[in-house]
Amino acid sequence: MSMRRGDGRIAFAYLAPALLVLVGLMGYPIYQLVLISLFDYGQEQVSGGAPLTFLGLGNYTTLLADARFWAVLGQTVAFAAVCVVGTLLVGTALAVLASRVRTWARMTLFLAALGAWATPAVAGSTIWLFLFDANFGFVNEVLGTTGFSWTYDKWVAFGLVAAQVIWCSFPFVMVTLYAGIKAIPGEVLEAAALDGASTAKTATSVMLPLLRPLLIVVTIQSIIWDFKVFTQIYIMTSGGGIAGRNLVLNVYAYQQAFAASEYGLGASIGVVTTVLLLVVTAAYLRALRRSGEAL
Amino acid sequence: MRFVVAAVVGAAVLAGCAPVQSGGTAPTAGDEQTGQLRVWLFDEVNRGPKEAVVKEAITEFQQAHQGVTVDVQYIQVQTRAERFKAAFSDPKSAPDVAEFGNTDLAGYVAGGGFAELDLGQWADSKDLLPAVVDTGKVDGKVYGVPWYVGVRALYYRTDIFQELNLQPPATLDEIAPLARKIRAAKPDLLGISAGGKYTYGAMPFVWANGGDIAKKDGDKYVSAIDSAESKAGLRQYTELIADDICPPAQCAANGGDASVEAFRAGKAAMVVGGDFNRKSVDASTAAGKYAVVPLPGKKAGEIAPAFAGGNLLGVMKGSERKTLANQFVQLLGGKVYQRKMFDAMGNMPTFGDVQDEVAKANPVLEPFIKTLNAGTRFVPVTPNWAKVDAQAVLPNLLQKIAAAGEDVDTAAKAAADEMNAAFAS
Repeated sequence: MSMRRGDGRIAFAYLAPALLVLVGLMGYPIYQLVLISLFDYGQEQVSGGAPLTFLGLGNYTTLLADARFWAVLGQTVAFAAVCVVGTLLVGTALAVLASRVRTWARMTLFLAALGAWATPAVAGSTIWLFLFDANFGFVNEVLGTTGFSWTYDKWVAFGLVAAQVIWCSFPFVMVTLYAGIKAIPGEVLEAAALDGASTAKTATSVMLPLLRPLLIVVTIQSIIWDFKVFTQIYIMTSGGGIAGRNLVLNVYAYQQAFAASEYGLGASIGVVTTVLLLVVTAAYLRALRRSGEAL
Repeated sequence: MRFVVAAVVGAAVLAGCAPVQSGGTAPTAGDEQTGQLRVWLFDEVNRGPKEAVVKEAITEFQQAHQGVTVDVQYIQVQTRAERFKAAFSDPKSAPDVAEFGNTDLAGYVAGGGFAELDLGQWADSKDLLPAVVDTGKVDGKVYGVPWYVGVRALYYRTDIFQELNLQPPATLDEIAPLARKIRAAKPDLLGISAGGKYTYGAMPFVWANGGDIAKKDGDKYVSAIDSAESKAGLRQYTELIADDICPPAQCAANGGDASVEAFRAGKAAMVVGGDFNRKSVDASTAAGKYAVVPLPGKKAGEIAPAFAGGNLLGVMKGSERKTLANQFVQLLGGKVYQRKMFDAMGNMPTFGDVQDEVAKANPVLEPFIKTLNAGTRFVPVTPNWAKVDAQAVLPNLLQKIAAAGEDVDTAAKAAADEMNAAFAS
């Protein structure tokens, strides 16, 4: 493609407003985050009661030398992975279901999903806690396990929170993929059918490739959301579970750094999280590209 | 290569700038005699009676000071840290007078939040209990007038003790066997409701055994939670969080409120509760079926040192109405209104004479006053305590031993290390 001189400049002029908004809304906070992470920046420094000390990478070395940080990080990755896989499976299955059932059933499914989607995380978590309450919860009543605490054991608690996270994030996947399935031209499917492709073959060789761009978007979105989960863990395990065994990175950062007024250390955790997410996303995109699919 | 250049340039750019700092509070701010005095008080579960007393004080204050209005905001205890931090960072949004918890004091003072108070000018201040005034001091200077004090003692169910023919424990050592016996006889009941996050219920066990949270070494604190005495206390408390007394699945996640709640619901035979819990217990299923004794110490006749909790009233450093603010603190924190607050909320007064007066009229207070007079303890007075608190070091320690199966030595060592790291910063 050939470009005339000046095209670039015009393109830039058109993009400038959006760029300005991006720099203002994204660039500046990230700049501040990185900056703060290089200082010993606590409440005394914010209030102007103590001088600022430049630590360089001091906060990062403190963080990376902390065994607890690594344990929490590993836990977060595993927890996010379970949530992402769960969300995608449930969302995809229900999207397929929605595309095959009658209108009234689809409407009911969508209304229920939108309800879950629209529920604020705080309210959703609290309602789940009520449902799973050890003594008065509906779930224990139905199962006949009154007195069983769903938030005590580490794995049971993680499982419960993961279920809640999946519950409130599958609707996005479902709605997006349903739209994608509906957008597949009928002729394509018809052609496949005429060629004698089985349902499974149609699904894997025709529909899946066509849905690929959408799947990529929802996967990346889910990774980012689930890696950054805060509310559900904070509320449902009352701040990280017994002796902090249900901590995830965001809650850990809040507790260790922000609640304790160690903003510098907290900012460094934020930077590490951002970098990790960028790396994960980049690696994912790269793996896809290598598998031969254009994005 | 390009990345390296970018990184170097980036680092150079960054090093040249610095994060925002507020200009600091101007100590020379004017001292206006009229206008609006802003006051922050804590919201309560049942705020009505508190609000009524505060309104009365405001009316009295406004009548005595022409051209002055008092604006009270009730803030949530749970979000206090954020509110106060914001107020310190932006003096314009800060109040003139604020109520705050005494464990937060050192952090607030270091954050540049509160002004030193001169109690010498205030005749009544000589009647304030010295041990309680100490909870309002940092480095020997007073920053808060104690508005009320809270101590905890042992609540027990008289009906159950009578039925099983038991006596309240005379020493700390007797609590576990006693609680076990009760649960064995009545499997629906917790022998004693002991929460895994109930720091101030657990610390008396540590103190009574001769241990401590931290000791002062020069001008720094050094954790003592891993000393032999402290560990004996930790062992004694966490022994209570077991299936045959207070099952971990039910109790390990409980803080003070949840622990008392189990007693209120009639599901526990004993609990360590505060004088401030009395009114709510009287409004529960346990009403009329309980009594309170001081938490016993190591030996019979001794009382385990209690934590001297309570709230202070202070004047913000950036206030433009310091004189008025001081006068309002002396009115609301004074004898008359402390007495009224006791009648309204059950808050224990901090003046010796007022305390004697209410104790005479209310014999139920006796165990609490005995506990108070036997000597109380406090958390380390350092701004870094807020950090230890926020990082939940002590609750984590209790939970690790009681529920996560860690041995006392390892868990106490880890907690001491975390504390020392916070103290050193």
